[in-house]
Amino acid sequence: MSDVLLPSAEMAYSTPDAQGFYGPYGGTFVPETVIPALNELAAAYEAALADPAFLEELVYLLRDYVGRPSPLYRADRLAAAVGLGAVYLKREDLNHTGAHKINNTIGQCLLAKRMGKERVIAETGAGQHGVATATTAALMGLECAVFMGTEDIRRQALNVYKMRLLGAEVVPVAEGTGTLADAVTAALRHWVERVEDTFYVIGSAVGPHPYPRMVRDFQSVIGSEIIGQLAEKSIDHVDAVIACVGGGSNAIGTFHPFLRDVPADGRPLMIGAEAAGLGIETDKHGAALTKGSPGVLHGFYSYLLQDDAGNPLEAYSISAGLDYPGVGPEHSFLKDEGLVRYESVTDAEALEAFALLTRTEGIIPAIESSHALALLPRLAEELGPDAVVVVTVSGRGDKDMDIVREAGLGG
Amino acid sequence: MDAFGKGRPALIVYLMAGYPDRDTSLESLRAAARGGADVIELGVPYGDPLADGPVIAEAAKVAREQEGGFGLVHALQVAEVFGADPGVEEAPPVVVMTYLNPLMRLGLPAAAERMRDAGIAGVIVPDMPPEAAASWKRVSGGIDTVFLAAPTSTDERLAIVAAASEGFVYCVSSTGITGERDTLALGLADQVERIRAHTTLPVAVGFGVSTPEQAAQVAAIADGVIVGSAIVKRQHDPDQVERFVHQLSEAVSG
Repeated sequence: MSDVLLPSAEMAYSTPDAQGFYGPYGGTFVPETVIPALNELAAAYEAALADPAFLEELVYLLRDYVGRPSPLYRADRLAAAVGLGAVYLKREDLNHTGAHKINNTIGQCLLAKRMGKERVIAETGAGQHGVATATTAALMGLECAVFMGTEDIRRQALNVYKMRLLGAEVVPVAEGTGTLADAVTAALRHWVERVEDTFYVIGSAVGPHPYPRMVRDFQSVIGSEIIGQLAEKSIDHVDAVIACVGGGSNAIGTFHPFLRDVPADGRPLMIGAEAAGLGIETDKHGAALTKGSPGVLHGFYSYLLQDDAGNPLEAYSISAGLDYPGVGPEHSFLKDEGLVRYESVTDAEALEAFALLTRTEGIIPAIESSHALALLPRLAEELGPDAVVVVTVSGRGDKDMDIVREAGLGG
Repeated sequence: MDAFGKGRPALIVYLMAGYPDRDTSLESLRAAARGGADVIELGVPYGDPLADGPVIAEAAKVAREQEGGFGLVHALQVAEVFGADPGVEEAPPVVVMTYLNPLMRLGLPAAAERMRDAGIAGVIVPDMPPEAAASWKRVSGGIDTVFLAAPTSTDERLAIVAAASEGFVYCVSSTGITGERDTLALGLADQVERIRAHTTLPVAVGFGVSTPEQAAQVAAIADGVIVGSAIVKRQHDPDQVERFVHQLSEAVSG
């Protein structure tokens, strides 16, 4: 699959196992009703991966419909502003629909069609996954319903409107805090009811097996392209690669090819940025890896924000895409193994980074992506002024205009 | 479980622990016992109840919002107090229904120990399929673990579920979450027979059974009838619970 496969002298990085475990994390913890559907999905996915026609159509749609490869842009004014030698931006914001999410929805909806399903459902926080699913469903002639928390519907009105224009039904979820975690629960419960005719397009590298692996594989195009593009630019050394982590799909898509294809001694430092919200010393954050503990939520075992009785806690972030109380199981494994470092970034730091990229490069990033960008000044301090860093800009910021305006940016 | 050996189908009554508050829920357990429940399924309030419909999810939310919260440990305390004084001559066995994370948070060995201390007869963990139950099974001695069989389960899976189950097999009557339904699922009798082909354990049917008439229909084809949401709706008033359980008990006994 990859033309940059470099066999490592060390044990190859190969997770998950057949049951979907990354070390102790992952697995399948769901009601019996959906177990047969997950088994069917896992089998269909394996068959699709072995089918050249499936992969050919995936590659075709990613190129001619999504607009891949996305550029790897050298942002010199940004690098100068933060004090780094070079900063390369992986421009997932330039994909059709404006974020990395569509890499995954194209893959999953192709699989849904292959399995003969005529209806897809999805959950969405910021709306990007909802828009990507609605878009892909329109492209492929699938019926589509998107579950979204009422608070997120308020925060992301433009994306709600887009989904409706695209022909999707937006199902409001008022339970809990009306945010992403509640939308996932509602979508899972709905799936339990309609499992026979419905394909659940999960939007991040979370959920029961085989979703975390499947989403990772579909998003790995990001990291594979970065490795290829660095080679094209004759850059043989990168000090760090960073990405934001909510559920963690753009991050795992960025990191996985480095873990898989690059020998351990040649790998850059990999850092995931999670949401510290109003500060990890407060109860208003979404830093599951930094402040959580392992537990089961939404069908998988991973780091999780939870109370003493094991109930999931509310997560908070200024970005609707990062306020999820859990994180993809592969990230939990990578954290414990020390293969990836995870740091947290506050709302205020993310807004500052948002403004900086906008003013230095004329690129308006999503607030989610701004969390990754906020690590750049820290890295300059740690790695010095000559360091070369790659950042995945997971999405564009159009959807966040109201939020940044309310936060007082732009005067 | 002895409750199934009475020569008639068993009535299994689901109650949410701690709803609307601790003491009232304890009174509802006693009321259900007086009304003729053969088994009490005691729900643990949980914040992400994937298998539950709106009535039970809302009851869990109300229970959790009590001062100091209300979770697995508190539910076991209620069961223990009930076991010591059930309000009838012989306490019906209590089967705890909890999601996996509260068990894991307490620690599986500690959770099993506390359950044994509280006299719990069994557990139902809807998000713990048999394949994920090895750690729990290692420590659960003395407590029956009941697994769910769904309409979507293949014969291969029914064999796995039946082989792993202890006490009884919980037959989910229809795809979807818990809650009342106007009519019972078509093919329910076939589903019960498919499960029976794999086990000698009693088969109890739940999800969607909400009236004495439906309970009687299910009793005609299964070894046990589980009624949940329709009971929880009455839990604010233990007297109503007792009357309704009595009606269900008569319907099940034929």
